[in-house]
Amino acid sequence: MSAIEYQAPSFKLEDLWTDRRWRAIFVQILALAGLFAFLAYIVNNTINNLQTLGIETGYGFLNDPSSYDISQTLIDYDSRSTHGRATIVGILNTGLIALCGIITATLLGFTVGVLRLSGNWLISRMMYCYVEFTRNVPLLLQILLWYALVVHSLPRPKNALEPLSGIFLSNRGLVLPGPEFGSGSWIIFIALAVAVAGAIAFRRYAKRIQETTGKIYPVISISLSIIVVLPLLAYFAAGQPVSLNWPALSGFNFKGGLTLRPEFLALWFALTIYTASFISEIVRAGIQSVSHGQTEASYALGIRPNWTMRLVILPQALRVILPPLISQYLNLTKNSSLAIAVGYMDIVATIGGISLNQTGRALESMSIVLAIYLTFSLSISMVMNWYNKRVALVER
Amino acid sequence: MTDATQTHAPGTHPDLPPPLGNRGAIKWMRENLFSSPTNTVLTLLGIYLIYLAIPPFLDWFILNAVFDAGSRAECWERASGACWSVVIVRFDQLVYGFYPVELRWRVDLSAVLLAVALVPILFDKAPYRRGWFVFSLIYPVIAFFLLWGGLGLEPVESAKFGGIMLTVLIGVTGIVASLPLGIVLALGRRSELLVLKVISICFIEFIRGVPLITLLFVASTLLNYFLPPGTYFDLLLRVLIMVTLFSAAYIAEVVRGGLQAIPRGQFEAAMAMGLSYWKMMGLVVLPQALKISIPGIVNTFIGLYKDTTLVVIIGLLDPLGLSQSILADSKWQGLSTELYIFIAIFFFISCFSMSRYSIYLENKLHTGHKR
Amino acid sequence: MSEAAAHVMPQSQTDQVAVQMVGVHKWYGEFHVLKDINLSVDAGERIVICGPSGSGKSTLIRCINRLEEHQRGQIVVDGVELTNDVRKIDSVRREVGMVFQHFNLFPHLTVLENCTLAPIWVKKTPKVEAEEIAMTYLARVKIPEQATKFPGQLSGGQQQRVAIARSLCMNPKIMLFDEPTSALDPEMISEVLDVMVGLAESGMTMLCVTHEMGFARKVANRVIFMDGGEIIEQNNPEEFFNNPQSDRTKLFLSQILHN
Ligand SMILES: Nc1ncnc2c1ncn2[C@@H]1O[C@H](COP(=O)(O)OP(=O)(O)O)[C@@H](O)[C@H]1O
Ligand SMILES: [Mg+2]
Repeated sequence: MSAIEYQAPSFKLEDLWTDRRWRAIFVQILALAGLFAFLAYIVNNTINNLQTLGIETGYGFLNDPSSYDISQTLIDYDSRSTHGRATIVGILNTGLIALCGIITATLLGFTVGVLRLSGNWLISRMMYCYVEFTRNVPLLLQILLWYALVVHSLPRPKNALEPLSGIFLSNRGLVLPGPEFGSGSWIIFIALAVAVAGAIAFRRYAKRIQETTGKIYPVISISLSIIVVLPLLAYFAAGQPVSLNWPALSGFNFKGGLTLRPEFLALWFALTIYTASFISEIVRAGIQSVSHGQTEASYALGIRPNWTMRLVILPQALRVILPPLISQYLNLTKNSSLAIAVGYMDIVATIGGISLNQTGRALESMSIVLAIYLTFSLSISMVMNWYNKRVALVER
Repeated sequence: MTDATQTHAPGTHPDLPPPLGNRGAIKWMRENLFSSPTNTVLTLLGIYLIYLAIPPFLDWFILNAVFDAGSRAECWERASGACWSVVIVRFDQLVYGFYPVELRWRVDLSAVLLAVALVPILFDKAPYRRGWFVFSLIYPVIAFFLLWGGLGLEPVESAKFGGIMLTVLIGVTGIVASLPLGIVLALGRRSELLVLKVISICFIEFIRGVPLITLLFVASTLLNYFLPPGTYFDLLLRVLIMVTLFSAAYIAEVVRGGLQAIPRGQFEAAMAMGLSYWKMMGLVVLPQALKISIPGIVNTFIGLYKDTTLVVIIGLLDPLGLSQSILADSKWQGLSTELYIFIAIFFFISCFSMSRYSIYLENKLHTGHKR
Repeated sequence: MSEAAAHVMPQSQTDQVAVQMVGVHKWYGEFHVLKDINLSVDAGERIVICGPSGSGKSTLIRCINRLEEHQRGQIVVDGVELTNDVRKIDSVRREVGMVFQHFNLFPHLTVLENCTLAPIWVKKTPKVEAEEIAMTYLARVKIPEQATKFPGQLSGGQQQRVAIARSLCMNPKIMLFDEPTSALDPEMISEVLDVMVGLAESGMTMLCVTHEMGFARKVANRVIFMDGGEIIEQNNPEEFFNNPQSDRTKLFLSQILHN
């Protein structure tokens, strides 16, 4: 009997709460309706506001001249360039600081993480202090502190510190000898490309030799020397086409060379030091997550400590390390938006800052900034999800 | 091999102390500082670094510092070290911002009451915990009236709030408000109802995908557009909302991790007992999931607390904002390092104690699990 | 003791003596864990070590491949004295295989890769050859069909057999077993013990820490009883079980045999 009743359910109002399926549908419809009402309210308000204020909308302003200067640009830009170009300059600057920061933070973070685990009490204590001091102080404060140190505590260019000859540290930033590529430089780049290809080929060859004869080549050191030596040879063969452009003091500032401005230095330093302390904790936890039994088993098989690290510990630790490491890279990239505090011109400072204030196009500018960050973050997390699923499948 | 031959009958060998060089300070140093050539080099390098860094820093920090000068010029005349006078002279401002001097007792009182309200939350051995807990629950209301005024207290507008008080206010409000919201979002993300799930995912991923500073910009520049014309909306309130939303998204991910760690069996057992969804979650699943997530949650709170400094960029007067205005005073120009270090010490103490507390909790929970 | 003569010139006896421990003491911090251990194991001998938990059995056999360092006395393994010399440690570890209580397989490598890792990277065996050797040993422990699986996909007994095969792939002269069956479910114990019996029959020098007394009776030449960091008693299995000398041995035997 009940089966027949079940086939023809007569809907009663109370079913919305008592019947599981009806309730599910009801709740979802309610949620959707609420959401749409909320969005409609906001959109409606926005349209009203824009109309009363007489603000026109649209992204056309991106083609208007920006009429402001940017001190550090990777592409050609001046105050007659458009807001659109300023945005691109901002994106590139964000990319530059993120890339530099990620590289140095990774190097420093891995070093500190490994040193914290070393049997050396003094070193591991020092690393502990470093980690605790840096990660418990706000990043913004650290950026400002480094900036203040560079700008207020370093000497003027006239008395610049010269830690190595040709490298000057002053309150105008760090000046390095910059490369100047003469004609024939292309040979070096070709040599570099050939060297990289050669190193890859050598790796393959070494692997095959090992599989067939068992002989083990020091692959890493040989590849590295190929990559270093070949371009060097090409450099001399082509008649030394690359020269260094040495900076020299002229008047109140340096001429020539490659200048890293104080705001870039402060940001880079702070991001590196701050993120590295988080990375070091990730690395430490990753290595510690590999049980001591693994090391012992490897030792008992006669595998030496450094090979044990490479063949047994690191491959396991890296699987634990990689996901949080990538999320630290994302954090670093997002944190680079604090650039605005010291006037480094990243996305937020260009389109979300000066352009916004000059044109008053808050909606459009902010939407561009948000969209750029979102695209970046979401694509990285998609790749990470894919990777996590794959590892989970393989290992089980 | 002096005693290579068996000197004692089986089972009667006494416990001997380890041979010399395997004992005490020498052994400790050999094992922990000089166990290999690499380690010896590292140790010497470490000592050298400390020698390079610590004495000059101490010199600057304490030995050559000035505490009672009236201006930067006077400081620099008297000694080469830090000029802490700026912090001492402007200390009240760094703590209270521009909160009216005669009303500052209200801030002090709410700080004391905050400490009282925190005790039953932080320590489960507090006596009369239940009754005390009720006080913790109504504390936000008390604090609201104490700080903003009303109910017969003279009102103070939030533009006057500033300094450490502002930091703590934003931090604590964000923490208190973002936890429940984060839990709801986590449940939403794990929900079987597609619409709720999608909404939660979109919200969480959006917030986590952008820097806080852009959200604060949205709050300061765009929120006016989203509200009916003519609505006035306090900047501090906007910031509080944004900080809460921001931290809730991160909490949600932490809690989701905790929920995922709960074995299926727990859900099934709860459902088999006939518990409804909310009872299952509230009585069985969430208590366990939250326990696992505590370290992550505390880390998120520490992050939020540090992030309160970002409000200076949209013009609120947190300690960083105040130091910029202090630095604009010609008497104290150029003393940014001193001010920043003072603020850094404040943050270090608060964040470090939070992380210690989280480690304490973690250890307690671990022993609890072992049984 | 009968070793009294042997320890005078241990090096001269390498042909017959696989492991020679003379007056070995070890401390963990202040804790005296091994006290005056004198033990000589001939090549081909099968030794079972038993004793209450915490008596230092694991520590003893871990000293033999230098997973633990001893502070006093002399340990000579296959003619090589264990000192801090890295090369000597390496050469000893190559000759000595070890099987752990918790298997310690490498979870990121397949069963086959677990077995070929050390031959390839330590002995520099060509991969194909290493895989062939590995497959013969996997066949010997009766799980050749699992070669491409990951350790996490195997049962405990299977994992322990892989661990044994992995050690054998290095072609060791001596095998150490540290309670190889005590982390296993009862129904899996015999499959591991069978493999160990087979190994014993092939003439391998073995030192096994185990409480499997059936195994001890069947294969051991000598049973050693440890307590409080000392060797209390050693004898052939027959005598050891039927006619224990010391009171502590009697007590221990009555405890484990009645369970
Ligand atoms: N790494 C170590 N540090 C300090 N004490 C240890 C360590 N390993 C073992 N011990 C102690 O040494 C004693 C002997 O341990 P072990 O050799 O593992 O005993 P068994 O294997 O006989 O159960 C035990 O009391 C144990 O607590
Ligand atoms: Mg043991």
